[in-house]
Amino acid sequence: MTARAARPPARRRRAGGLGPSPLWGYAMIAPAFIGLAALYLWPFLKTFAKSFMDTPAFGPGTWTGLDNYTGLLGDGDFWDAFANSGVYTGILLLGVPAAVVLAAMIQQISRGRAVYRVLFFLPVVTLPVAVSMVWRFIYNGDFGLLNWALSLVGVPGQYWVADDTYAIYAIGAVGIWMSLGVNLIILGAGLQAIPPELYEASAMDGAGRVRQFLRITLPLLSPSVFLVTVLTVISALQMFDLVFVMLRSVDNTALDGSKTIVYLFYEKAFVQFDQGYGAAIAVVLLLVIMLATLLQFRLQRRWVFYD
Amino acid sequence: MRHSKRGAAAAALAASALVLAACSGGGDGEDVTLTYATWSDDQKPAMEAIAAAFEEAHPDIDVEVQVLPWPEYWSTLQVGAAGRTAPDAFWMLADQYPAYADNGQLLDISDAVESAGVDLAAYPESVMDLYERDDAVYGLPKDYDTNGIWFNKALFDAAGVAYPDDTWTWDDARAAAQQLTDPDAGVWGIAAPIDRQGGYYNSIYQAGGEVIGDDGQAAIDSPEAVAGIEFWTQMQADGSSPTLQQLSDTEAVQMFMDGKVAMYFSGSFWAQRLYGDEAVRATTGVAPLPMGEQRASMISGILNAGYAGTEHPEELAEFLVFASGEEAAVLQAESGAVLPAYAGTQQPWLDAMPEFDLQVFVDAVDYSVPLPIAGNAAEWTGLESEYLAPAWNGEQSAADAAAAYNAAIDEVLAE
Repeated sequence: MTARAARPPARRRRAGGLGPSPLWGYAMIAPAFIGLAALYLWPFLKTFAKSFMDTPAFGPGTWTGLDNYTGLLGDGDFWDAFANSGVYTGILLLGVPAAVVLAAMIQQISRGRAVYRVLFFLPVVTLPVAVSMVWRFIYNGDFGLLNWALSLVGVPGQYWVADDTYAIYAIGAVGIWMSLGVNLIILGAGLQAIPPELYEASAMDGAGRVRQFLRITLPLLSPSVFLVTVLTVISALQMFDLVFVMLRSVDNTALDGSKTIVYLFYEKAFVQFDQGYGAAIAVVLLLVIMLATLLQFRLQRRWVFYD
Repeated sequence: MRHSKRGAAAAALAASALVLAACSGGGDGEDVTLTYATWSDDQKPAMEAIAAAFEEAHPDIDVEVQVLPWPEYWSTLQVGAAGRTAPDAFWMLADQYPAYADNGQLLDISDAVESAGVDLAAYPESVMDLYERDDAVYGLPKDYDTNGIWFNKALFDAAGVAYPDDTWTWDDARAAAQQLTDPDAGVWGIAAPIDRQGGYYNSIYQAGGEVIGDDGQAAIDSPEAVAGIEFWTQMQADGSSPTLQQLSDTEAVQMFMDGKVAMYFSGSFWAQRLYGDEAVRATTGVAPLPMGEQRASMISGILNAGYAGTEHPEELAEFLVFASGEEAAVLQAESGAVLPAYAGTQQPWLDAMPEFDLQVFVDAVDYSVPLPIAGNAAEWTGLESEYLAPAWNGEQSAADAAAAYNAAIDEVLAE
């Protein structure tokens, strides 16, 4: 309190003729706040309200309380979609350790490090639809590059994106590849923050590369790994575009067994005109993402090291 | 230098904003702009020709043709209509139509139709049936499509099989498909996907069955309808068709164009694409669908419809009548893009592709059946592959799959 009481004269001088009015502060954040409110907050509130309504294709809906939510509980498609999103998220999480190892390897390269970063980052800045189209060709069961490569080593090919046994894994592989670039940037930044003296000192004490990685790199990188993990889970649970472009062909029977939660939302709300039901799916997804993120923040105490 | 460039850009931006403001103003004797949303790049030139012809007759009206990508077309339109920013004129399909027509989203153009003296008998009756409403006219058909057999003459010649013709029965089709199949060469006799419009709906009606009965309930489990489904599942069981997986990796039309399948039962709407490829043009023939208990072909057609929330209802109604009228129909026919709906304007379409016997599709109007529509058609047609794929894959009998699908359709219709 005393410290604050001592401050005002200085602050008044700095603020100049504008005065100390708190309104000025609000005015400064207004553009960002109005934008966020109009683009995120308002749609969210509308969605939340709609999730308690029975909505016709057009026009206002009628309040039906929790009907949409109880409908979800008994909807096998909903649980299937959740399971598929879970599997997809699990696959993408496998990409995190791979990204850590890759980032550490790239860090070891003294010349041309940027070239590797660019190569891994390219998929991130490429249009997802274009990427998905190319992967469809690669996965094609009859003429695809992947089956051709497998045939060279005597492995029988599959209809990767036309068979629901494989489709979600095939998509997961593309998802890992597409998210690798961003993960490498975050992890790369984390690696550069580790003081090189630690490696020098440990080398003198006789630590090898593997030991250094496990005892120095991993603990000190753990905040970055945590960030990457949280972001991966959030974005994986929201995956839509890969299913939309890679599985939605004329009559792909693999689509039924591979719909993700956001795809189901799209289908209910925008193909079948049932926006209330779609809104309920979106709200449940929001809750799941919040819970998953909270849980991770809880668990981080056990493994994330902040110095 | 950099500053002046930025200044120029800002000026340009401001200028374009003014232009936009001027365009969206409209009303009081000023120029009116109508937007016309479509989903076909192939048809864009024809649609622009129609817009230009209309602008010539109405110098104060500007028609802007927009091509939206097909996967997003319906969600864009629905969100636009709900948010009151839908395009003025747009293409409408029969399975989407009830949701719009019965919820006050479409402009009633009956006055304009009457004052222009449009003869409604000029449009195919079975297409009009799809869009009929007692008290209003929500647009007029722009085109229609019926089905036939697209076949590869070279593959028929190589296998020594006679070309399909109007004497063909189901048995002929099945036998030919078997004879044409050559696994070593990677050639199949026919493409048998789960395709309602070009495939199993046709055979259901050819067998005397129905998809939706007169009582408004699903009728796809009747013995006749099951026979219609079996026509296709037998082709799969015979090994005369690529599997469903192969057909979802590579579309049937692509397989046909690549010379991998000898027959593709589908719509007149492929004509322009098949004709556009010279190698395909030389080897492609057309024949009527084979005869079951009777002849039948699905018919569908695009409706030129308008948004009820438009700022310019009168001009819009006038444009819609024009876009489905005789002059516009001839423009479409000449482009070869589609078979126009207006009676007597089909000749230029036939003449545009003389190597193809396209008369088959015009003749099919006589025995055509409107695409079955009931309730939330988008929802129950979306369940089709889930329930029918087991029959196509040979894991379930056609009768069992049809019974399960029938129950699922009724469940949606009961909602």
